[in-house]
Amino acid sequence: MPLSLAVEGLGAKRGEDMIFKDISFVLKAGEALVVTGPNGSGKSTLLRVVAGLLAAEEGFVSVSGAETGHPRELCHYLGHRNGMKRELTVEENLSFWKSFMGDSPGGSGMNVFEAEEAVGLPGIGHLPFGYLSAGQQRRVAMAKLLVAWRPIWILDEPTAALDAASERMFAGLMLAHLEKGGIALAATHQPLGLENTRRLEMRGFEFTEVE
Amino acid sequence: MTALFLRDVKLSVRAGGGALIGVLFFLTVVAVVPFAIGPDLNLLSRIGPAILWIGALLSCLLGLDRLFQAEREDGSLDLMLMQETPLVLTVLVKCLAHWVASGLPLVLAAPLLGLFMNMDSLAIGATMLTLLVGTPAITFIGAAGAGVAVALPRGGLLVSILVLPLAIPVLIFGVSAAYAAVQDPAPFLPPLIILIAITLFFAVIGPVAAAAALRSSSD
Repeated sequence: MPLSLAVEGLGAKRGEDMIFKDISFVLKAGEALVVTGPNGSGKSTLLRVVAGLLAAEEGFVSVSGAETGHPRELCHYLGHRNGMKRELTVEENLSFWKSFMGDSPGGSGMNVFEAEEAVGLPGIGHLPFGYLSAGQQRRVAMAKLLVAWRPIWILDEPTAALDAASERMFAGLMLAHLEKGGIALAATHQPLGLENTRRLEMRGFEFTEVE
Repeated sequence: MTALFLRDVKLSVRAGGGALIGVLFFLTVVAVVPFAIGPDLNLLSRIGPAILWIGALLSCLLGLDRLFQAEREDGSLDLMLMQETPLVLTVLVKCLAHWVASGLPLVLAAPLLGLFMNMDSLAIGATMLTLLVGTPAITFIGAAGAGVAVALPRGGLLVSILVLPLAIPVLIFGVSAAYAAVQDPAPFLPPLIILIAITLFFAVIGPVAAAAALRSSSD
Protein backbone atom coordinates (compact mmCIF):
# COMPACT_ATOMS: atom_id res chain seq x y z
CA MET A 1 0.00 0.00 0.00
CA PRO A 2 1.51 3.33 -1.00
CA LEU A 3 2.27 5.87 1.63
CA SER A 4 0.04 8.79 2.37
CA LEU A 5 0.21 11.66 4.82
CA ALA A 6 -3.07 12.95 6.15
CA VAL A 7 -3.62 16.12 8.14
CA GLU A 8 -7.07 16.63 9.58
CA GLY A 9 -8.51 19.74 11.16
CA LEU A 10 -5.10 20.88 12.35
CA GLY A 11 -4.87 23.99 14.52
CA ALA A 12 -1.99 25.40 16.51
CA LYS A 13 -1.34 28.14 19.02
CA ARG A 14 1.56 30.50 19.44
CA GLY A 15 1.36 31.76 22.98
CA GLU A 16 -2.32 32.40 23.63
CA ASP A 17 -3.47 33.04 20.06
CA MET A 18 -4.61 30.51 17.53
CA ILE A 19 -2.32 31.04 14.57
CA PHE A 20 -4.26 28.78 12.23
CA LYS A 21 -7.02 26.24 12.53
CA ASP A 22 -8.92 23.61 10.62
CA ILE A 23 -6.22 22.80 8.05
CA SER A 24 -6.79 19.51 6.28
CA PHE A 25 -5.03 17.88 3.37
CA VAL A 26 -3.98 14.46 2.17
CA LEU A 27 -0.74 13.89 0.31
CA LYS A 28 -0.26 10.62 -1.52
CA ALA A 29 3.04 9.11 -2.60
CA GLY A 30 4.65 11.27 -5.27
CA GLU A 31 2.78 14.44 -4.34
CA ALA A 32 4.14 17.75 -3.14
CA LEU A 33 2.39 20.56 -1.33
CA VAL A 34 3.81 24.05 -1.33
CA VAL A 35 2.71 26.26 1.53
CA THR A 36 2.80 29.97 0.75
CA GLY A 37 1.71 33.07 2.57
CA PRO A 38 3.03 36.29 4.10
CA ASN A 39 5.46 36.39 7.02
CA GLY A 40 3.85 35.40 10.28
CA SER A 41 0.98 33.52 8.66
CA GLY A 42 1.99 30.27 10.36
CA LYS A 43 3.84 28.39 7.61
CA SER A 44 6.75 27.38 9.81
CA THR A 45 4.43 26.54 12.68
CA LEU A 46 2.37 24.28 10.43
CA LEU A 47 5.51 22.48 9.30
CA ARG A 48 6.78 22.06 12.84
CA VAL A 49 3.44 20.65 13.95
CA VAL A 50 3.47 18.13 11.09
CA ALA A 51 7.05 17.22 12.00
CA GLY A 52 5.93 16.53 15.55
CA LEU A 53 8.12 19.28 17.02
CA LEU A 54 5.17 21.32 18.27
CA ALA A 55 2.02 19.97 19.83
CA ALA A 56 -1.15 20.48 17.81
CA GLU A 57 -3.91 22.35 19.61
CA GLU A 58 -6.56 20.45 17.68
CA GLY A 59 -6.69 17.92 14.88
CA PHE A 60 -4.07 15.30 14.08
CA VAL A 61 -1.41 14.17 11.65
CA SER A 62 -1.35 10.56 10.50
CA VAL A 63 0.51 8.39 8.05
CA SER A 64 -1.01 5.35 6.44
CA GLY A 65 0.74 2.67 4.43
CA ALA A 66 3.69 2.22 6.77
CA GLU A 67 4.07 0.64 10.16
CA THR A 68 5.54 3.19 12.50
CA GLY A 69 5.14 4.52 15.99
CA HIS A 70 4.78 8.16 15.11
CA PRO A 71 4.55 10.03 11.78
CA ARG A 72 7.60 12.13 12.67
CA GLU A 73 9.84 9.06 12.38
CA LEU A 74 9.18 8.99 8.64
CA CYS A 75 9.96 12.67 8.16
CA HIS A 76 13.02 14.66 7.28
CA TYR A 77 12.89 18.21 8.57
CA LEU A 78 15.01 20.91 6.98
CA GLY A 79 14.37 24.06 8.96
CA HIS A 80 15.96 27.50 8.91
CA ARG A 81 18.98 26.10 10.69
CA ASN A 82 21.12 23.55 8.97
CA GLY A 83 21.71 21.06 11.79
CA MET A 84 25.43 20.85 11.10
CA LYS A 85 28.44 21.40 13.33
CA ARG A 86 30.84 24.11 12.21
CA GLU A 87 33.84 22.40 13.80
CA LEU A 88 33.37 19.09 11.98
CA THR A 89 34.14 18.49 8.34
CA VAL A 90 31.32 18.13 5.82
CA GLU A 91 32.02 14.43 5.55
CA GLU A 92 31.97 13.90 9.33
CA ASN A 93 28.69 15.82 9.58
CA LEU A 94 27.00 13.85 6.83
CA SER A 95 28.23 10.45 7.92
CA PHE A 96 27.11 11.22 11.47
CA TRP A 97 23.56 11.94 10.30
CA LYS A 98 23.61 8.93 8.00
CA SER A 99 24.43 6.49 10.78
CA PHE A 100 22.45 8.30 13.49
CA MET A 101 19.23 8.56 11.48
CA GLY A 102 19.42 5.31 9.55
CA ASP A 103 16.95 4.56 6.77
CA SER A 104 13.19 4.32 7.04
CA PRO A 105 11.73 1.15 5.59
CA GLY A 106 11.17 1.27 1.84
CA GLY A 107 14.32 2.99 0.69
CA SER A 108 17.99 3.52 1.29
CA GLY A 109 20.08 6.65 1.49
CA MET A 110 22.96 7.54 -0.77
CA ASN A 111 26.48 7.31 0.51
CA VAL A 112 28.14 10.55 1.54
CA PHE A 113 30.14 11.04 -1.66
CA GLU A 114 27.13 10.52 -3.92
CA ALA A 115 25.17 12.99 -1.86
CA GLU A 116 27.92 15.62 -2.07
CA GLU A 117 27.97 15.15 -5.80
CA ALA A 118 24.18 15.34 -6.05
CA VAL A 119 24.18 18.79 -4.47
CA GLY A 120 26.98 19.94 -6.75
CA LEU A 121 29.74 20.02 -4.15
CA PRO A 122 32.06 17.14 -4.97
CA GLY A 123 35.43 17.11 -3.27
CA ILE A 124 34.65 19.41 -0.35
CA GLY A 125 34.16 16.62 2.19
CA HIS A 126 37.42 17.38 3.96
CA LEU A 127 36.57 21.04 4.70
CA PRO A 128 35.13 22.09 8.05
CA PHE A 129 31.47 23.01 7.64
CA GLY A 130 32.15 26.47 9.11
CA TYR A 131 34.49 27.36 6.21
CA LEU A 132 31.71 27.15 3.62
CA SER A 133 29.61 30.04 2.34
CA ALA A 134 25.95 30.34 3.36
CA GLY A 135 24.74 28.88 0.06
CA GLN A 136 27.19 25.98 0.22
CA GLN A 137 26.17 25.28 3.82
CA ARG A 138 22.56 25.13 2.70
CA ARG A 139 23.45 22.68 -0.04
CA VAL A 140 25.28 20.45 2.44
CA ALA A 141 22.15 20.53 4.60
CA MET A 142 20.23 19.34 1.52
CA ALA A 143 22.72 16.50 1.11
CA LYS A 144 21.59 15.45 4.58
CA LEU A 145 18.15 14.76 3.09
CA LEU A 146 19.79 12.33 0.68
CA VAL A 147 22.04 10.32 3.00
CA ALA A 148 19.22 8.95 5.15
CA TRP A 149 16.04 7.83 3.44
CA ARG A 150 12.84 9.31 4.76
CA PRO A 151 9.73 9.17 2.59
CA ILE A 152 8.40 12.53 3.77
CA TRP A 153 10.43 15.71 3.38
CA ILE A 154 9.35 18.75 5.37
CA LEU A 155 11.18 21.80 4.07
CA ASP A 156 11.08 25.26 5.56
CA GLU A 157 12.37 27.85 3.06
CA PRO A 158 14.70 25.26 1.50
CA THR A 159 16.10 27.54 -1.18
CA ALA A 160 16.93 30.56 0.99
CA ALA A 161 20.50 31.76 0.23
CA LEU A 162 20.73 29.74 -2.97
CA ASP A 163 21.62 30.99 -6.46
CA ALA A 164 19.47 30.21 -9.49
CA ALA A 165 21.52 27.20 -10.57
CA SER A 166 21.30 25.67 -7.10
CA GLU A 167 17.56 26.27 -7.06
CA ARG A 168 17.26 24.24 -10.26
CA MET A 169 19.49 21.58 -8.73
CA PHE A 170 17.20 21.40 -5.72
CA ALA A 171 14.10 21.19 -7.93
CA GLY A 172 15.75 18.18 -9.57
CA LEU A 173 16.40 16.55 -6.19
CA MET A 174 12.80 17.06 -5.15
CA LEU A 175 11.53 15.65 -8.43
CA ALA A 176 13.71 12.57 -8.02
CA HIS A 177 12.40 12.17 -4.47
CA LEU A 178 8.79 12.38 -5.63
CA GLU A 179 9.43 9.88 -8.41
CA LYS A 180 10.72 7.41 -5.83
CA GLY A 181 7.34 7.62 -4.15
CA GLY A 182 8.25 10.31 -1.65
CA ILE A 183 6.12 13.13 -0.31
CA ALA A 184 7.24 16.71 0.07
CA LEU A 185 5.79 19.53 2.12
CA ALA A 186 7.53 22.85 1.60
CA ALA A 187 7.02 26.39 2.82
CA THR A 188 8.54 28.92 0.50
CA HIS A 189 8.39 32.38 -1.01
CA GLN A 190 10.33 31.45 -4.11
CA PRO A 191 8.88 29.19 -6.78
CA LEU A 192 10.49 25.79 -6.43
CA GLY A 193 10.40 25.10 -10.15
CA LEU A 194 8.15 22.11 -9.78
CA GLU A 195 5.13 21.38 -11.91
CA ASN A 196 1.99 19.67 -10.70
CA THR A 197 2.38 20.67 -7.10
CA ARG A 198 -0.54 21.62 -4.97
CA ARG A 199 -0.52 24.89 -3.12
CA LEU A 200 -1.81 25.86 0.27
CA GLU A 201 -2.01 29.57 0.82
CA MET A 202 -2.03 30.73 4.41
CA ARG A 203 -3.35 34.20 5.16
CA GLY A 204 -3.02 34.54 8.86
CA PHE A 205 -6.23 33.14 10.16
CA GLU A 206 -7.74 32.30 6.76
CA PHE A 207 -6.30 30.08 4.11
CA THR A 208 -7.37 28.51 0.88
CA GLU A 209 -6.15 25.53 -0.99
CA VAL A 210 -5.50 26.21 -4.66
CA GLU A 211 -4.90 23.38 -7.05
CA MET B 1 24.53 5.67 18.81
CA THR B 2 28.26 5.01 18.50
CA ALA B 3 28.25 7.72 15.85
CA LEU B 4 26.69 10.20 18.28
CA PHE B 5 29.19 9.28 20.99
CA LEU B 6 32.17 9.71 18.68
CA ARG B 7 30.82 12.96 17.27
CA ASP B 8 30.32 14.50 20.71
CA VAL B 9 33.76 13.45 21.91
CA LYS B 10 35.29 14.83 18.71
CA LEU B 11 33.40 18.11 19.09
CA SER B 12 34.56 18.67 22.62
CA VAL B 13 38.24 18.14 21.85
CA ARG B 14 38.23 20.27 18.69
CA ALA B 15 38.69 24.03 18.75
CA GLY B 16 35.86 25.67 20.64
CA GLY B 17 35.03 22.51 22.56
CA GLY B 18 34.81 22.58 26.32
CA ALA B 19 36.99 19.61 27.32
CA LEU B 20 40.19 21.52 27.98
CA ILE B 21 38.40 24.46 29.62
CA GLY B 22 37.14 22.22 32.42
CA VAL B 23 40.59 20.83 33.19
CA LEU B 24 42.15 24.30 33.12
CA PHE B 25 39.49 25.61 35.49
CA PHE B 26 40.08 22.64 37.81
CA LEU B 27 43.79 23.36 37.72
CA THR B 28 43.25 27.04 38.48
CA VAL B 29 40.92 26.45 41.42
CA VAL B 30 43.15 23.87 43.08
CA ALA B 31 46.44 25.60 42.29
CA VAL B 32 45.46 28.84 44.04
CA VAL B 33 44.39 27.14 47.28
CA PRO B 34 47.95 26.53 48.63
CA PHE B 35 48.73 30.19 48.05
CA ALA B 36 45.65 31.27 49.95
CA ILE B 37 46.05 28.82 52.84
CA GLY B 38 49.77 29.30 53.27
CA PRO B 39 52.56 26.75 53.64
CA ASP B 40 50.95 24.67 56.38
CA LEU B 41 51.57 21.21 54.91
CA ASN B 42 49.49 19.31 57.46
CA LEU B 43 46.49 21.54 56.90
CA LEU B 44 46.85 21.24 53.12
CA SER B 45 46.97 17.47 53.17
CA ARG B 46 44.00 17.41 55.54
CA ILE B 47 41.77 19.56 53.31
CA GLY B 48 43.22 18.16 50.04
CA PRO B 49 40.46 15.65 49.14
CA ALA B 50 37.76 18.22 49.86
CA ILE B 51 39.41 20.89 47.71
CA LEU B 52 39.90 18.43 44.84
CA TRP B 53 36.26 17.47 45.04
CA ILE B 54 35.03 21.08 45.11
CA GLY B 55 37.23 21.89 42.13
CA ALA B 56 36.00 18.86 40.20
CA LEU B 57 32.36 19.63 41.01
CA LEU B 58 32.63 23.21 39.76
CA SER B 59 34.53 22.23 36.60
CA CYS B 60 31.95 19.54 35.85
CA LEU B 61 29.19 22.13 36.01
CA LEU B 62 31.11 24.56 33.84
CA GLY B 63 30.39 23.19 30.38
CA LEU B 64 27.13 21.40 31.09
CA ASP B 65 24.76 24.15 29.99
CA ARG B 66 26.04 23.77 26.41
CA LEU B 67 25.11 20.08 26.34
CA PHE B 68 21.82 20.67 24.52
CA GLN B 69 21.96 24.39 23.83
CA ALA B 70 24.57 23.97 21.10
CA GLU B 71 22.42 21.30 19.47
CA ARG B 72 19.40 23.53 19.63
CA GLU B 73 21.14 26.56 18.15
CA ASP B 74 22.19 24.77 14.99
CA GLY B 75 18.96 22.83 14.57
CA SER B 76 20.38 19.38 15.32
CA LEU B 77 18.09 19.01 18.33
CA ASP B 78 15.00 19.10 16.08
CA LEU B 79 16.24 16.08 14.18
CA MET B 80 17.22 14.25 17.36
CA LEU B 81 13.69 14.76 18.71
CA MET B 82 12.19 13.21 15.57
CA GLN B 83 14.04 9.91 15.52
CA GLU B 84 12.77 6.46 16.27
CA THR B 85 15.61 6.05 18.77
CA PRO B 86 14.20 6.87 22.21
CA LEU B 87 15.24 10.36 23.24
CA VAL B 88 16.28 9.01 26.66
CA LEU B 89 18.91 6.87 24.98
CA THR B 90 20.18 9.82 22.92
CA VAL B 91 20.49 11.89 26.09
CA LEU B 92 22.27 9.06 27.91
CA VAL B 93 24.82 8.70 25.12
CA LYS B 94 25.38 12.45 25.03
CA CYS B 95 25.96 12.42 28.81
CA LEU B 96 28.47 9.59 28.53
CA ALA B 97 30.33 11.37 25.74
CA HIS B 98 30.34 14.57 27.77
CA TRP B 99 31.73 12.74 30.78
CA VAL B 100 34.45 11.01 28.78
CA ALA B 101 35.50 14.33 27.24
CA SER B 102 35.28 16.56 30.31
CA GLY B 103 34.87 14.38 33.45
CA LEU B 104 37.52 11.76 32.80
CA PRO B 105 40.30 14.34 32.24
CA LEU B 106 39.51 15.74 35.72
CA VAL B 107 40.01 12.30 37.23
CA LEU B 108 43.29 11.93 35.37
CA ALA B 109 44.47 15.40 36.44
CA ALA B 110 43.66 14.74 40.10
CA PRO B 111 46.99 13.02 41.03
CA LEU B 112 49.02 16.00 39.84
CA LEU B 113 46.86 18.40 41.79
CA GLY B 114 46.98 16.05 44.78
CA LEU B 115 50.74 16.71 44.91
CA PHE B 116 50.03 20.44 45.16
CA MET B 117 47.95 19.67 48.22
CA ASN B 118 50.66 17.53 49.84
CA MET B 119 48.44 14.44 49.80
CA ASP B 120 50.01 11.01 50.23
CA SER B 121 49.58 8.32 47.60
CA LEU B 122 46.77 6.54 49.45
CA ALA B 123 44.72 9.74 49.70
CA ILE B 124 45.37 10.55 46.05
CA GLY B 125 44.28 7.06 45.00
CA ALA B 126 41.14 7.21 47.11
CA THR B 127 40.22 10.66 45.77
CA MET B 128 40.74 9.50 42.19
CA LEU B 129 38.53 6.48 42.77
CA THR B 130 35.75 8.54 44.32
CA LEU B 131 36.00 11.11 41.50
CA LEU B 132 35.84 8.30 38.95
CA VAL B 133 32.59 6.91 40.34
CA GLY B 134 31.13 10.24 41.49
CA THR B 135 31.60 12.68 38.60
CA PRO B 136 29.27 10.79 36.19
CA ALA B 137 26.46 11.52 38.66
CA ILE B 138 27.14 15.25 38.33
CA THR B 139 26.93 14.97 34.54
CA PHE B 140 23.61 13.13 34.72
CA ILE B 141 22.15 15.63 37.21
CA GLY B 142 23.45 18.49 35.10
CA ALA B 143 21.85 17.04 31.96
CA ALA B 144 18.43 17.43 33.56
CA GLY B 145 19.24 21.06 34.38
CA ALA B 146 20.58 21.64 30.88
CA GLY B 147 17.37 20.20 29.44
CA VAL B 148 15.25 22.59 31.49
CA ALA B 149 17.36 25.63 30.56
CA VAL B 150 17.85 24.71 26.90
CA ALA B 151 15.76 27.56 25.56
CA LEU B 152 17.31 30.24 27.76
CA PRO B 153 20.05 32.20 26.02
CA ARG B 154 22.09 32.80 29.19
CA GLY B 155 21.15 29.67 31.06
CA GLY B 156 24.65 28.75 32.23
CA LEU B 157 24.51 30.05 35.76
CA LEU B 158 20.91 28.97 36.11
CA VAL B 159 21.86 25.38 35.31
CA SER B 160 24.55 25.43 38.00
CA ILE B 161 22.14 26.79 40.59
CA LEU B 162 19.41 24.34 39.61
CA VAL B 163 21.61 21.28 39.88
CA LEU B 164 23.80 22.25 42.83
CA PRO B 165 21.37 21.08 45.55
CA LEU B 166 21.10 17.69 43.86
CA ALA B 167 24.86 17.45 43.50
CA ILE B 168 25.49 18.07 47.23
CA PRO B 169 24.96 14.40 48.25
CA VAL B 170 27.52 13.39 45.63
CA LEU B 171 29.99 15.83 47.18
CA ILE B 172 29.27 14.66 50.74
CA PHE B 173 29.71 10.97 50.05
CA GLY B 174 32.61 11.50 47.67
CA VAL B 175 34.58 13.50 50.20
CA SER B 176 33.68 11.26 53.14
CA ALA B 177 34.78 8.15 51.24
CA ALA B 178 38.06 9.82 50.31
CA TYR B 179 38.66 10.78 53.96
CA ALA B 180 37.69 7.35 55.22
CA ALA B 181 40.53 5.83 53.22
CA VAL B 182 43.14 7.82 55.15
CA GLN B 183 41.57 8.25 58.59
CA ASP B 184 41.58 5.02 60.45
CA PRO B 185 38.35 4.46 62.35
CA ALA B 186 36.01 5.50 59.54
CA PRO B 187 34.98 2.69 57.15
CA PHE B 188 35.79 3.30 53.47
CA LEU B 189 33.36 0.97 51.75
CA PRO B 190 29.90 2.22 52.87
CA PRO B 191 30.25 5.81 51.60
CA LEU B 192 31.82 4.53 48.36
CA ILE B 193 28.93 2.15 47.80
CA ILE B 194 26.40 4.89 48.51
CA LEU B 195 28.27 7.10 46.01
CA ILE B 196 28.03 4.36 43.36
CA ALA B 197 24.33 3.98 44.16
CA ILE B 198 23.80 7.73 43.71
CA THR B 199 25.55 7.61 40.33
CA LEU B 200 23.45 4.66 39.15
CA PHE B 201 20.28 6.31 40.43
CA PHE B 202 20.96 9.53 38.53
CA ALA B 203 22.06 7.59 35.43
CA VAL B 204 18.40 6.55 35.19
CA ILE B 205 16.61 9.64 36.55
CA GLY B 206 18.78 12.27 34.83
CA PRO B 207 18.28 11.24 31.18
CA VAL B 208 14.56 10.61 31.73
CA ALA B 209 14.11 14.07 33.24
CA ALA B 210 16.24 15.71 30.56
CA ALA B 211 14.32 13.98 27.75
CA ALA B 212 11.00 15.09 29.25
CA ALA B 213 12.27 18.67 29.56
CA LEU B 214 13.54 18.70 25.97
CA ARG B 215 10.24 17.38 24.63
CA SER B 216 8.20 20.01 26.40
CA SER B 217 10.50 22.94 25.67
CA SER B 218 10.66 22.48 21.90
CA ASP B 219 9.29 25.48 20.05
